[in-house]
Amino acid sequence: MPHIPLPPDLPGIRGAMAFRPETARPLNALVEILLRGPSTLTPGERELIATYVSSRNCTEYCHHIHGAIAAAHLGGNEALVKQVKTDFTQADISPKLKALLVIAGKVQKDGKLVTAADVEAARKEGATDIEIHDTVLIAAAFCMYNRYVDGLATAQPNDPSFYRERGKRVAREGYVAVSEEYLAQRAPLAAR
Amino acid sequence: MPHVALPEGLPGISAGFAFRPETAAPMRELAHILLHEPNSLAPGDRELIAAHVSGRNHCHFCYASHAAVASAHLRDSTVVEKVRADVLTAPVSPKLRALLVIAGKVQQDGKLVMAADIEAARKEGATDLEIHDTVLIAAAFSMYNRYVDGLGTWQPDDPAMYAQVGEQLAKAGYLRPVIQSLVPR
Repeated sequence: MPHIPLPPDLPGIRGAMAFRPETARPLNALVEILLRGPSTLTPGERELIATYVSSRNCTEYCHHIHGAIAAAHLGGNEALVKQVKTDFTQADISPKLKALLVIAGKVQKDGKLVTAADVEAARKEGATDIEIHDTVLIAAAFCMYNRYVDGLATAQPNDPSFYRERGKRVAREGYVAVSEEYLAQRAPLAAR
Repeated sequence: MPHVALPEGLPGISAGFAFRPETAAPMRELAHILLHEPNSLAPGDRELIAAHVSGRNHCHFCYASHAAVASAHLRDSTVVEKVRADVLTAPVSPKLRALLVIAGKVQQDGKLVMAADIEAARKEGATDLEIHDTVLIAAAFSMYNRYVDGLGTWQPDDPAMYAQVGEQLAKAGYLRPVIQSLVPR
């Protein structure tokens, strides 16, 4: 049971966002830019970073849904997503993405753990400043989204098929667009 | 030295914001709504939550900045230090104490928040919205802290700078930059 009354038909972060549309808007805008905005990292690669961090934070809703979105971007390759969660060093991904996942894993614990050597390793595989910046911020942002979802004890279904179709839709339409369906009809708290 | 080529002379998160204005805009807006806009929790109380989480994450820039904003709102710089030393004995309301306990758990892992923690906050008068905002402030500072530390930003050790920034942020909020470029020492 959620710690506060959230709409029962909206699991995970969606219920929390519907509860407080004012904060939902910048939260959606940030994830839209980071994971779908113009970038030299593909949406699939960025979703894998989000999935990996959420998996390390053991946030069921986030690692399932972002895993499903990642798979949708990667031609339905759910096995690759699973491999990144369990051991990305053995996954069939680029050396650059592996180096960025090392950085993301450190940020997930504590940003101060990122060393010049980690950044150098990523640069050697071709990572640019903005890719390194965005990796740090994706990892940091998912430490927020994960805590938000867990800290309110939101509903987090544990059925992969629940996430698969939703993942395809978010991959197609984006975060801001799909959030409108549950934000549009809700008045800001201030007006309630 | 920062891990990427951040603009020189800008401390902490202001350098990350200047480097990537696209992501800065929603991050600023989120902080502004959570900490500055009208709320049944006073801005000083919300800044204490932000400082508490940043202190526990050992993020010097964020702690010093939000401690200064809290002190500016409260017109008292001793409260934030006492919260940092021990939430349970700090001179804050029983409601804020219960919310700080929740924030401290979210800082570690959201799953640590128990129904009993929520019940304790409610008993002291906390509303659903105040509980929601406490969780999200703590979660958001788990992001801001990691962003500031993970980029290796310059985090000056200059109490006068933080005090000045704290006064300005307390007045103007977070939508626009208040820190001008400083000469690195």
